[in-house]
Amino acid sequence: MAATQPATTATASDSSISLRGVGKFFGKTRVLESIDLEIKPGEFCVFVGPSGCGKSTLLRIIAGLESVSVGELSIAGKRMNDVEPSKRGIAMVFQSYALYPHMSVYKNLAFGLKLGKTEQSEADRRIREAARMLQIEQLLDRLPKQLSGGQRQRVAIGRAITRQPKIFLFDEPLSNLDAALRVSMRSELSRLHKQLKTTMVYVTHDQVEAMTMADRLVILNGGHVEQVGPPLEVYHRPRTVFAAGFLGSPKMNFLRGEIAEVAPDGVVVKLKDGGTVRARVKSDGAKIGDAVTVGIRPEHLVLKAGEGGPLVATVLLTEDLGDHSIVHLDREAVEGRVLAKVEKVPVGEDKKVSFEVPTSECHVFDAKGIALPRLDPAPEV
Amino acid sequence: MTGTAVVKKSLFYLLVAAIVFYAVFPFYYAILSSLKTGTELFSVNYFPVKWNFDNYVGVFRDNPFATNIWNSVLVSFSTVALSLFLGVTAAYALARVHFRGRGLLLLCILGVSMFPQVAVLSGMFQMVRAFGLYNHLAALILSYMIFTLPFTVWVLTTFMRDLPKELEEAAILDGASSWVILTRVFMPLMWPALVTTGLLAFIAAWNEFLFALTFTLTNDMRTVPVGIALMSGASSHELPWGNIMAASVLVTLPLVILVLIFQRRIVSGLTAGAVKG
Amino acid sequence: MADRLTRSRVRSAWVFLAPMLVVLAVVAAWPLLRTIWLGFTNANLLKMSEAKWIGLENFTGKYGLLQDKVWWLAVKNTLWFTFLTVSIETVLGLVVALVLNRTFPGRGLVRAAVLVPWAIPTVVSAKMWSWMLNDQFGIINHILLGLGIISSPKAWTADPDLLMSSVVMVDVWKTTPFMALLILAAMQMLPKECYEAAEVDGVHPVKVFFRVTLPLIRPALMVAVIFRALDAIRIFDLIYVLTGTREPTMTMSIYARQQLIEFQEVGYGSAASTLLFFIVALLTVLYVVLGRVKLGGD
Repeated sequence: MAATQPATTATASDSSISLRGVGKFFGKTRVLESIDLEIKPGEFCVFVGPSGCGKSTLLRIIAGLESVSVGELSIAGKRMNDVEPSKRGIAMVFQSYALYPHMSVYKNLAFGLKLGKTEQSEADRRIREAARMLQIEQLLDRLPKQLSGGQRQRVAIGRAITRQPKIFLFDEPLSNLDAALRVSMRSELSRLHKQLKTTMVYVTHDQVEAMTMADRLVILNGGHVEQVGPPLEVYHRPRTVFAAGFLGSPKMNFLRGEIAEVAPDGVVVKLKDGGTVRARVKSDGAKIGDAVTVGIRPEHLVLKAGEGGPLVATVLLTEDLGDHSIVHLDREAVEGRVLAKVEKVPVGEDKKVSFEVPTSECHVFDAKGIALPRLDPAPEV
Repeated sequence: MTGTAVVKKSLFYLLVAAIVFYAVFPFYYAILSSLKTGTELFSVNYFPVKWNFDNYVGVFRDNPFATNIWNSVLVSFSTVALSLFLGVTAAYALARVHFRGRGLLLLCILGVSMFPQVAVLSGMFQMVRAFGLYNHLAALILSYMIFTLPFTVWVLTTFMRDLPKELEEAAILDGASSWVILTRVFMPLMWPALVTTGLLAFIAAWNEFLFALTFTLTNDMRTVPVGIALMSGASSHELPWGNIMAASVLVTLPLVILVLIFQRRIVSGLTAGAVKG
Repeated sequence: MADRLTRSRVRSAWVFLAPMLVVLAVVAAWPLLRTIWLGFTNANLLKMSEAKWIGLENFTGKYGLLQDKVWWLAVKNTLWFTFLTVSIETVLGLVVALVLNRTFPGRGLVRAAVLVPWAIPTVVSAKMWSWMLNDQFGIINHILLGLGIISSPKAWTADPDLLMSSVVMVDVWKTTPFMALLILAAMQMLPKECYEAAEVDGVHPVKVFFRVTLPLIRPALMVAVIFRALDAIRIFDLIYVLTGTREPTMTMSIYARQQLIEFQEVGYGSAASTLLFFIVALLTVLYVVLGRVKLGGD
């Protein structure tokens, strides 16, 4: 059942989603824990994380396909824990499209409207408009099995659009498409969001989709929220080791060390394998001798020929990818070796190279994996 | 081809011929006999000498056979309709909803198919009388549920279990009630299973003898199996074999054609029931 | 996890189940219980309202089932019938299945032909075979006399010594297709590589059958055999139409019905029915338990 929205006065609570202390059990297994999240109206919010982190479950809880074990779910300010899925003002696009195989595309789009007793002419108008928006007008009489994967995906989206929901939910909708199609569908979905301006909650395990499509990211890990924020903020100012390591390819380099100096404008960390780095982070609570992890993204490492320092290592391997190269340094990181991503490699393999961890890009994480807050704001887009 | 290979192949085909002969000959002979009248019946031959349809006329003239056929048709179709309705609704609950005791219930339902018919005969007889259904076709339709429901529920449940969950969820989000999901989303996808169970139920109902014999009294309420079994001739010691054979052929021909057309469905239904059981 | 949405779904599930359960209770549960109860009474068909509870008299009393020679004859007949039909049908079914498992031109037609006996209503089969087994005009006698196997026409459906053979003959004809199809289905699920390997190794087909095929289809074969056996124990239609209530072929079902309807001894007949039910139930439970135990031990 879709409500007609007032044209201009969209109040703050119209399509917001609020999760307070939400937890979910399956028998004895805890799948989600203490989820506190506010999704703003009109926002494109992406739930991202590794498999099994609970992102799909969280989406399904918003949809009403899973029940809330603990806590409260509200949509547009109203408590939704016990409300039927079809009455929440939402529509969902499934990973496998879930089109009704025995119905034509038109009937697939019409099904929900007919059940909601929408008037025939109004229903027809909505269907045709959605079909036009998604460029599937010529497919209206076909059966799902006669369509390609991309076309089916559009029909699934169209089915959601015709219901004129306040909130769209997407459950890894692009995973079943091939790479090229995924890229074009990504931009189409973003375009759709700009056009419809409704709240969209999108689940994916693909960080590229997450980074490019989201207004805000929610990184989930093991059933709880690691970090919430706009993509670039999460990228440049990760709050936990997990968030730092999840975004960015190749992964951020993590180096073990301990605090050597504490100053009001940052700390100096002595690395385990030698050398020191400076970081501009809040230093209250940090003590000399604290075990910390330093994080530096491969693309932020500065490489120079020669052994001038500040840090030196041997180049083990260079992988040239055309527009950039990945350099494997003979220096241990927490997982594997230190990698640098550069446009041009200054020295050949088996030669020594100097590398620097710029203070402006240096992350420091305490023993629990929480980041020491950076003093500089994140770079603007 | 070597000598032994030729011998082996011919033996094989001989075996095939023997099997086909064994399977089909009795029916063939029944057709043959039904086309003979009077004294011809008393001579044995293997091929038709001349064709005479007197027996077919006699079947309807000397017996209420038309009524029997009509009764069987009515009962069988009603049995199928009722079984499918009850089976589909039950299968939805058993296949798509998790509740305590579900597995045990399914096993009990299957267990009913092991009941000997006589074990429920006296109880059912009393009940039929109590409901005022004695000598009424409704008694048969109702009582046949005891053997159509178990396998119908079992096959439909197994089939429905395999329908994708996301389809159901999409329908829930579209606002469909359980009934709508069952009738507008699932049933159109289940028609192979419906055809199979419908056929098997039809054949079982058409075939049934004990209940039809016990719960009906007058000729106008008798079904075909009972009608054929009770066919009597002019004298008390003489069975009208010609008529009986004609009746047998009339009744069997449509059934054989039905089975031959749908043999794949029927076989899969039977094997699914037995092998998974 | 009883939250409102789940609970309402479970509730609607029971609503969907209700019609079928009600019908089944009316048609199966109640009559069965009633029959068992009647077995403990002296009910009579003509005087049902005067039925009195007589405890175990129908079973263990002086005129009870356990003392009734005819009942024990029925039990013996049933078991003997079951043994004969199931073993013959299994062997013949295996042969037919093996034949149908090979691809040859016209296989579809042969399979259809094999289905014909199964498609024919039991009563009709019985009548057809009655006619073929007729002592004077029956074709069976004609063939056997012609081939010199017998010297004079046999009264297949009258001679007490031949009744069991006749009944087994007809049941085998009618039910072998069912066994053959089940066995064939099991065979077709076997991986072809075994056979191809055996062929390459030049193993004799008979050896292949006994050492490869048979062990692999054993589970499905056992299921089919049990099903058939449980069916055979309960048999009624075929025997009733072919040989009526003649003692040499009286099975437990026929005995029970005779008591119930012909002799109008509803109490006694119900007791017999109850015994039959428990025998079948016991065998079913045994099979399920043994089956589970075997699977668990694997």
